[in-house]
Amino acid sequence: MKKIRTKQEYVEWTQKIAPKTHKLKNMIMAFITGGIICTIGQVILSLLVKAGMVKEDAASLTTLLMIFLGAFLTGINVYDDIGRIGGAGAAIPVTGFANSIVSPAMEYKKEGYIMGVGAKMFLIAGPVLVYGIVASIAAGILYYIFTINV
Amino acid sequence: MEFIRAFVVGGLICVIGQILIDLTKLTPARIMVLFVVAGVVLGILGIYPALVEWGGAGATVPIIGFGNVLAKGVIEDVDKKGLLGAFSGGVRAGSVGIAAAVFFGYIMALLSKPKAKNKN
Repeated sequence: MKKIRTKQEYVEWTQKIAPKTHKLKNMIMAFITGGIICTIGQVILSLLVKAGMVKEDAASLTTLLMIFLGAFLTGINVYDDIGRIGGAGAAIPVTGFANSIVSPAMEYKKEGYIMGVGAKMFLIAGPVLVYGIVASIAAGILYYIFTINV
Repeated sequence: MEFIRAFVVGGLICVIGQILIDLTKLTPARIMVLFVVAGVVLGILGIYPALVEWGGAGATVPIIGFGNVLAKGVIEDVDKKGLLGAFSGGVRAGSVGIAAAVFFGYIMALLSKPKAKNKN
């Protein structure tokens, strides 16, 4: 009793069922990829703290090393593959932030070192820094008002 | 176990990002901006530091943790030097991350070539 579908019905049918499993798979891959990257960060952090580093410095150095890792893996054309598999799991960690700098900078190198590499490396990192810094200053002003005048 | 906590917290934060990408069609760039701003807000409210306490690198490695670092710096500097601290704190606290991103980003871009793609 197989239902025969017209081509049109079939397309609609696949569209109805496909995105759901697709989205679930994306979520799982993002979870695993992001989890692994953060665990690598935790391993570095724990080792640095164990080696006697002050917690705050250890956190800074971990960030630095993760950024290096992300930039390096992008440079050798590996991070884009991780991104294809992990989606947001690769984009959201700070390694993805580094990737967002190196990737367009490499791509636009042919436009020169000033307006190519120098400008295009902030294609995504620029907005992130702009909104992050503006938000932090606004938050700081509010924090000042609320803590001083209470 | 700190590694499992980092895995779970980091993984879940990325899942939130993935859901936003799949359901809202927001581009990764917008998600990153959203996450940094969210980190600043949650940081200034004192919510995110609690997550960092529990999740360790799982909370600090995602870009939302960078927003939290900016907020943390702002709080510290406003407490120390008043309104001026609102301007000095964020970039001071985020300095290593910003400098490392610019430095390694630039160097790696200089040294590497994009993967050969189909010519068109």
